[in-house]
Amino acid sequence: MDRVDLSALFLHSLVLWFVAVGGPSTILPDFHRYVVEAHHLMTSTEFAELYTLAQAAPGPNFMYVTLMGWHLAGWAGAATMTIPVLVPATTLSLLVGHMNERYPNAPIGRAIRRGMAPIAIGLTFASATILMRAVNHDWRGYLLTLVTIVVVLRTSWNPLWLLAAGALAGLLGLV
Amino acid sequence: MEQTELHETRITPYQLFLTFSWITLSGFGGIMFWARRRLVERERWLTEQQFVELLTLGQLLPGPPGLNLTVMVGYRFGGWTGAAAAVGGFVGWPCLVVIGMGILYQHYGALAQVQRALAGMSIVAAGLLFATFVKVAKVLPRRSRPWLFVMLAFVGVGVLRWPLFWVVGALAPWALFAAWKEKV
Repeated sequence: MDRVDLSALFLHSLVLWFVAVGGPSTILPDFHRYVVEAHHLMTSTEFAELYTLAQAAPGPNFMYVTLMGWHLAGWAGAATMTIPVLVPATTLSLLVGHMNERYPNAPIGRAIRRGMAPIAIGLTFASATILMRAVNHDWRGYLLTLVTIVVVLRTSWNPLWLLAAGALAGLLGLV
Repeated sequence: MEQTELHETRITPYQLFLTFSWITLSGFGGIMFWARRRLVERERWLTEQQFVELLTLGQLLPGPPGLNLTVMVGYRFGGWTGAAAAVGGFVGWPCLVVIGMGILYQHYGALAQVQRALAGMSIVAAGLLFATFVKVAKVLPRRSRPWLFVMLAFVGVGVLRWPLFWVVGALAPWALFAAWKEKV
């Protein structure tokens, strides 16, 4: 394994996050290329394991970068990988949020909010489908997905119980 | 659709911190479902329409959509300090949890069990995302054009698996033009 150049890693992920439209999964292959193939900072297996581990934690889907950073260089590594995630959100999104509050009736803002909403909703549907096909291997999985949808839309039960039940079913090898 | 009074609401940074802590710590397998549940259904800080607008902006801007939404909601209700507090709650806890899991993993391994539990959890998470779709889709007007864009975005990314950047890039000009021409 090579030594970690934290400043280069920081700059690289900063650039990646600024082009990461559509969320953390779009830049996963680029991170793999950088830390595994180009710089040999970890093996491909380690990369996959850390990704899996992070997905099991609560919170947004990008926490795998924090875990990988920590794995590479402790707290400094975690900060090196996490801070670049925050930069586009705290600059661009803050600016857009500010303009949105300041000029709520600007025609361009209205056109973006109204016109792009169907696309965003279609993307949500696409993510759900992709996730479902990636994790379901047989009818029992699809049944659990369906039960979840019905419970959420028809009852006021807390879906955390469903998540716990799903995790248990997975552990026992039922789905 | 005009909910101007909601914009006047000020929420303390502490409340924003707590709310986004709750959202993120419930968010196994994705946070959008929990963000909507808390912000729209429980706290009623946002209407369904406003949530969809922020979700849309969050998805179009670079970076993680959930984080972008967090920043915009925090800023809307609490200004700069509100945004900082919301982000602190949203990112702080998962950082600690994920590093804690990393430490446990180094000592005990057990990735096979984690993987199986994760598979089961993700099946439920997919259902939560479908339910989120059903709920947010209700704000769309019952006309054919918005639904055409829903279908095109879905087919491009979800079925044909084309890169999201190009699908959105191809659809955006048409969607914006159509919305621009639309009367208030």
